[in-house]
Amino acid sequence: MARYGMVIDTRKCVGCMDCVVACETENDVPIGFSRDWITTEVRGEFPNLSMEIRSERCNHCENPPCVTCCPTGASHVSDLGIVKVTANRCIGCKACISACPYGARYVHPKGYVDKCTFCDHRIKDGKDPACVSVCPTHCMHFGDLDDPKSTVASLLRTRKWHTLLPEVGTRPRVFYLT
Amino acid sequence: MLEITSTRSNPGIDPALHVWGWEIPLYLFVGGLVAGMMVLAGVAMLRTARGEDTKSFFSIQTPLLGFMLLNLGMLALLLDLAHPLYVWAIYITFQPLSPMSWGSWVLLIVYGLLLVSALIRLPESWPWLGVRVPLLQKASDFFVKSPVRMRWLGMANIAFGIAVGIYTGILLNTMVARPLWNSAVLPLLFLFSGLSAAAAAVHLATVVFPGRPAPRSLIGGALAAMTQPLGAEPPAKRTIDTVIRADIAFLVIELVLIALLLLSLATSTLSHIEAARLLFSGSYGLVFWVGVVAIGILTPIVLQALELSHRIPHTVVPAVLVLAGGFALRWVLVNAGQASEIVSAAARL
Repeated sequence: MARYGMVIDTRKCVGCMDCVVACETENDVPIGFSRDWITTEVRGEFPNLSMEIRSERCNHCENPPCVTCCPTGASHVSDLGIVKVTANRCIGCKACISACPYGARYVHPKGYVDKCTFCDHRIKDGKDPACVSVCPTHCMHFGDLDDPKSTVASLLRTRKWHTLLPEVGTRPRVFYLT
Repeated sequence: MLEITSTRSNPGIDPALHVWGWEIPLYLFVGGLVAGMMVLAGVAMLRTARGEDTKSFFSIQTPLLGFMLLNLGMLALLLDLAHPLYVWAIYITFQPLSPMSWGSWVLLIVYGLLLVSALIRLPESWPWLGVRVPLLQKASDFFVKSPVRMRWLGMANIAFGIAVGIYTGILLNTMVARPLWNSAVLPLLFLFSGLSAAAAAVHLATVVFPGRPAPRSLIGGALAAMTQPLGAEPPAKRTIDTVIRADIAFLVIELVLIALLLLSLATSTLSHIEAARLLFSGSYGLVFWVGVVAIGILTPIVLQALELSHRIPHTVVPAVLVLAGGFALRWVLVNAGQASEIVSAAARL
């Protein structure tokens, strides 16, 4: 089974939010909600500043606390290894929202919990997720982490990277090149 | 210096997590209270089965009151759900890693136990019904006349009372993203807070429905049956004193557990230290130190100790304070817990 992951080059990202808009359009995300978003970290004292811009979303963790706490199994790891929510099994108890260290989930206005799906409907057709496909700086890459020939795997071999809150032990599958 | 900005503003998530309002603290409080009532009733049943204290046989058993309270808690849980029409989805599966799944199934058993426990007392505490449904009397005798069955029922009450008392704490402390809840002290704290609230509630019930032969009327009997501290024999003063003494012990243990909780957070990682800090300032600090510790624990300990040594008359004041403190504890821990978050080590470099 493929182990899908995303690699985002923070040296190329300019924070244009194309990924955010593409996601909202592709997935019909309700207005006022975000499945992905831009985080900007500015460090240092003027004029000695450094900046990291990141396109963030669900990390599709290998050890997802949102899945283990779910009382109904609505929150699950799909057969593509992607963390998903089955809307008609979700009771809206919000335990998964509390359990996620990344704030990646929200209650959809229709009542169920919603989140990034890595656009698995596109992956099945061999396409990239919407956010990756529109990125004008080509800073986002998507593919099989277990396939040594994939772009994501080779970038992780050759570049320095970090994940978000690795100390929590969730083992994120979204990686940020620095 | 580090400045972080985010374009995300999801309702309930940003700027700080707040997905659980008053419903979850109310449920946690009521669940703990019912759990404590079951343990107290279970102990009384074991004593009865051993032939001790048969005079105030049922004096501190409140299964029907527990049943009603649990319904209230369940209603609060249902109101909290964002997708309530799908609540059945809980009962078509069992998720062994989810404390909420465990709790849901345990609560079904608890409902059954509360009803059976209520049944054995029903014909006597609600004579109107007992006379009209002779089957109730038979079902009641099935347990009451057999010390073995009584002992099993008592042990089941204690075991499932403890299970309900601690599972809510486990539910919260499996949430790795909320450092305030990441302490194994939490389930014990909830258990003992529930026990102290239960002792207070039983004490309160004996005052609100003073022990007399149960009223023979429909309504009066029904009200009496709900609390069930009454019978032909009112609970002995000795029994009430035992409940008060137990309450003091539970409150003292609760105080120790609160100290241990703060200590375990303060001696842990930066995230946990920041989480503990939430309890030392602002409205959470006020509710925690004044509402929970001063009003809900210390004051009732002192008042009840003075009552036991006959320096002040018995009143319901300490019982009411304990109940208020029990709710305040759940409120502050649920809300401050949601506000606590993992502090990125990298962000602090």
